Amino acid sequence: MNPIELIVEPLSYGFMIRALVTTVVAAVVCALLSCWLVLIGWSLMGDAVSHAVLPGVVLAYVLGLPFAIGAVVFGFLAVGLIGAIRDTSRVKEDAAIGIVFTTLFALGLVLISVTPSQTDLNHIVFGNVLGVSVADLVQVVVLGAVVAAVLLAKRRDLVLYAFDPGHAHAIGLSPRRLGALLLGLLALTAVVALQVVGVILVVAMLILPGATAQLLTDRFSRMLALAPVLSAVCATIGLYLSYWLDAAPGGLVVVTQGAAFAVVYLFGPRNGLLARFRRSTTKPVLDAVVHGERL
Amino acid sequence: MQVEGLTVRYGPLVALDDVSLRLDPGTVCGLIGMNGSGKSTLFKSVMGLLRADAGRVRIAGHDPAGARRRGIVGYVPQAEAVDWAFPVSVRDVVTMGRYGRLGALRRTRTADRVAVADALARVELTDLADRQIGQLSGGQRKRAFVARGIAQGAEVLLLDEPFAGVDKRSEATMSALLTELAADGCAVLIATHDLHALPALADEAVLLLRRVLLHGPVDEVLRPENLARAFGMDPLEQGRTA
Repeated sequence: MNPIELIVEPLSYGFMIRALVTTVVAAVVCALLSCWLVLIGWSLMGDAVSHAVLPGVVLAYVLGLPFAIGAVVFGFLAVGLIGAIRDTSRVKEDAAIGIVFTTLFALGLVLISVTPSQTDLNHIVFGNVLGVSVADLVQVVVLGAVVAAVLLAKRRDLVLYAFDPGHAHAIGLSPRRLGALLLGLLALTAVVALQVVGVILVVAMLILPGATAQLLTDRFSRMLALAPVLSAVCATIGLYLSYWLDAAPGGLVVVTQGAAFAVVYLFGPRNGLLARFRRSTTKPVLDAVVHGERL
Repeated sequence: MQVEGLTVRYGPLVALDDVSLRLDPGTVCGLIGMNGSGKSTLFKSVMGLLRADAGRVRIAGHDPAGARRRGIVGYVPQAEAVDWAFPVSVRDVVTMGRYGRLGALRRTRTADRVAVADALARVELTDLADRQIGQLSGGQRKRAFVARGIAQGAEVLLLDEPFAGVDKRSEATMSALLTELAADGCAVLIATHDLHALPALADEAVLLLRRVLLHGPVDEVLRPENLARAFGMDPLEQGRTA
């Protein structure tokens, strides 16, 4: 079979086209957000919020509301609970995160088990990108567009918040409000991404692209371009692999992104392990050049 | 900048107890005290990051919130408080000083870019403007943050341990820069426990140990008998033997 057929054949199915569009949109939105998450050090928070939205999504399904509403409510609830436990007991933040998100996630599993439905709600947990309906697709595209637009419009404030919240405060911005904005966008992004990879793996799409791009550049603007491109390419490759290997698409999307990270981590031109190793023989000289005081 | 009867408590712990001090435009003031003496608490109060249990802070006639909206207070953080691997250039950092004046999208106009270029030139970092911030030396990093305060148009500049991890020559450059800023009418407050740099730099100094022990000319404050009250020993001697 020639390479063109490899690419074109899957697209003769409507479900594959919907899957591809959904995957790419989710990959791009997650990648944009991940640039801030990895820089602030919110990966664990991303993990927590993306799991904690599960009961919200199930309840939204039961009540006939958009998933996004349930997700945002439970996303903030989770963050509020984590903060409350951390601040009002001797339990440290990482334990508070572990307690809150696993409990909420478990609550979601319980709700799924008692909710009668025509669609398999377990798809929320594991993702079901090959079964995305047109309505799901529309929701993903609309939410994705909203999140991406807000992120890009507020990108300078969010970079300032990530870099130096103290200065943000000093010039009259509200770090608290910027943090809340980012959390809200995180919950919405979880809804977008869970269509593809499911609640369990959303966090991978929220960390890998930003972490990979971070190793490739010293400029945030370039990171913001590299991460979505890398993420979309990996997601597309993952989806094609799943078609031809007949294996789990969500899993393959994440495995491909993880493989891309590994390649950049090892062979990246600037910060790759190999490049650093090669440089280490000339390191003293380089250090003198880079850190030399110029007066 | 005027602090009147400021008291801040963290639960049962009193961090600042009835602190009053006045800092006039054009002065460089050293804020001296041990770790835990309340230096950071005082900074946070001036920046409006903490609510006082009693007393108040006025900056150029405004409360801290009003002063923040007007961008009056510039802040140079401690080296440990900054992620030096963060993907921003020196110019990006200095440009952040302008954000308070920009529209919702923080798009810079020509005037802003000129102000940033001027601030960079002032701290002699023009050549390094496009370097990633972590690729600067300790002293250059500090100057980048001072440039941010200049671009901001700050009238009060707070510096937290500006001489930590900075070599002697950069320390001299930094001191000259701060003296110049004060000559332009800026009030400069430097929290430090590195006392050697102060005499050449500061006009006055404050000894802080949860309350103001002494506020006066720098050579008077630095007398061993006065320092002993704040530190319980002579830190100048300690510094020499360490």
